[in-house]
Amino acid sequence: MNEISIYHEAGLLKESPDRLIYDGSFNGFFTAVFEIFELKAFKAEIVKQVKPLPLFSNHRIVITNDSKAQRVLAGLGKKITANSINDIFAVWLSELEIVERVLLGYVLHAFNNGSCIENDYSNFFVLDFKKIVKMVSRERHRMKAFVRFSRLKDDLYYARVDPDFNVLPLIQQHFTARYSDQQWLIYDLRRNYGIYYDLHITRIIELEVIPKNESDLVHDQEQEFRLLWQNYFTNVNIESRKNTKLHVRHVPKRYWKYLTEKGLF
Amino acid sequence: MDFDRISEKLAILADAAKYDVSCASSGSKRKNTQKGLGNTGAGICHSYTADGRCVSLLKILLTNYCIFDCAYCVSRSSNDVKRAAFTVQEVVDLTMNFYRRNYIEGLFLSSGIFKDADYTMERLVRIAKKLRIEHNFNGYIHLKTIPGASDELMHEAGLYADRLSVNLEVPTEAGLKLLAPEKNRAEMVKPMTYVSNQLLRFKDERKSLKKIPLFAPAGQSTQMVIGAAGESDKDILITADSFYKSHQLKRVYYSGYVPVSVDGRLPAMGTLVPMVRENRLYQADWLMRFYDFNIHEIVSEASPLLELDIDPKLSWALKNMNVFPIDINTADLHDILRIPGVGLLSATKIIEGRKFSRLGWEHLKKMGIALNRARFFITCQEKKFIKRETSASRIKQFILAGSASKFSQALNPQLSLF
Repeated sequence: MNEISIYHEAGLLKESPDRLIYDGSFNGFFTAVFEIFELKAFKAEIVKQVKPLPLFSNHRIVITNDSKAQRVLAGLGKKITANSINDIFAVWLSELEIVERVLLGYVLHAFNNGSCIENDYSNFFVLDFKKIVKMVSRERHRMKAFVRFSRLKDDLYYARVDPDFNVLPLIQQHFTARYSDQQWLIYDLRRNYGIYYDLHITRIIELEVIPKNESDLVHDQEQEFRLLWQNYFTNVNIESRKNTKLHVRHVPKRYWKYLTEKGLF
Repeated sequence: MDFDRISEKLAILADAAKYDVSCASSGSKRKNTQKGLGNTGAGICHSYTADGRCVSLLKILLTNYCIFDCAYCVSRSSNDVKRAAFTVQEVVDLTMNFYRRNYIEGLFLSSGIFKDADYTMERLVRIAKKLRIEHNFNGYIHLKTIPGASDELMHEAGLYADRLSVNLEVPTEAGLKLLAPEKNRAEMVKPMTYVSNQLLRFKDERKSLKKIPLFAPAGQSTQMVIGAAGESDKDILITADSFYKSHQLKRVYYSGYVPVSVDGRLPAMGTLVPMVRENRLYQADWLMRFYDFNIHEIVSEASPLLELDIDPKLSWALKNMNVFPIDINTADLHDILRIPGVGLLSATKIIEGRKFSRLGWEHLKKMGIALNRARFFITCQEKKFIKRETSASRIKQFILAGSASKFSQALNPQLSLF
């Protein structure tokens, strides 16, 4: 490795970088945005840590700085409404590959424009941004619908989910407000963390061991209620209107494994 | 809880309730209070049946015993079906336990009429009251209004339920006389009128006093059965339109008739459910409520039936070609809503987007507009003159050829040769 690339790595050379590498965190991303403005590197792209580091590319490593990130968000707050700030967080939770590109384009457009651009449907970044917001929104709505609690012996109501996007932070408020008189836990099996309400507050927890066989953990009456629900579900169907395509469109097969009525528990 | 007995009742009484297609669980403002259970707000469809309809509430009859013999109803007194009845406590237990597991948004409770209207209605109201007061339940409750119920009972119902509804079922009075001679339209409308008057009164009082209790916050709705009484689409839509206006209903539901019993007055057993017609009626209903269409633009004496192969908006557009092409960059919202392939959301995007810059075809495509049909009806900063199809029938051919209708099987049933 020659000296020039070492200096590149350390971010010491003053040329405008093509690429800013950040640590994958929300504040890390907005630190990178801050530095783009600082270095006037408006053509740069922001990417997550990529191994191995390319040798001769013109990149800069971004060290996450919470106050820099907050300054960007505060500045944005003067340009767009609080709703759109929430949308930015939602887009972030999508964890899609294009997130960095779309968010950067959206944020730059917001800062560059005199008026509030959140409804500027003539801008392709805004259109993509809105599209991702919609996708995350749909998944959040589906989770509110498809979470199925099982009552455990100690009266904890427990649910497992496997959402496409990281939506637990977005459904926390809903479940806390609704189920305020029972302890509950919703666990994201894919991302290995959950949200837990203990009758006072809701917080994030991680389970070390996920029980494989739940049947010994559930309350005595639990199986009875599952059967009643399956019974109800079967009888509420109108055979002569059968429409499997429509059914699967609304309840894609990847969600079936956690739905009591599909009987795969 | 005796699970076997409840299971048997649930099978019978859920099956009997399924023809009431109202499924909404949104539109209410009830919040959770004092660490109770449940709230309302957004409508959440917790599941979907194999026929594609949403399941958001526990939809049951309190009992399917009924003193009436309405021809179109599966629980009619002369039908030989198993009869059952829930106790008040059983309904409460089912609702609470299903709700706690996030299976449902709430309860939808109807009933056959046993003894008389008030006796039945009093039972329904008692269940709602128990859930609210004893169990601190704040989830969604939809109670059916029993035709002929007294004002006092309706008042109580409104205090505990989120939505109230009474089904007109038969779109015309003549049809009702034929199929359900023991019932009359006036009896159904009376409690509807009482509730809509109360809703106006409460709304008024809320302007001056803040602490007014909730009264049926999700309003009223009704349902009409399609294809049982030989009515035309014009009959149906005119009835719907007049009730929307006179009673400020939130929704009218259209339910394709499912033959449930043998009766000379009705289509034979095995007749297909008119699903395409039902869908066109919903589309027409939407045009009236959200797209600023007048009912006379959709149906008339001359054309009392909706076209089945194309939707009502396209049908209108083809009959009114003189209004097009519409310039996307200058037209007002009313005109943009008339363009086939442009929905409410897209219309908003167009109006908002053009404040920033002129819109071109690429923008429209990205906004999600159905260009394969909209292109015949709009202009948008074209640089060169494009030869336009002006013949309505040619346009219709192009659109039908270019799209894959979800109804193509129903409309063009093809015989398989292999």
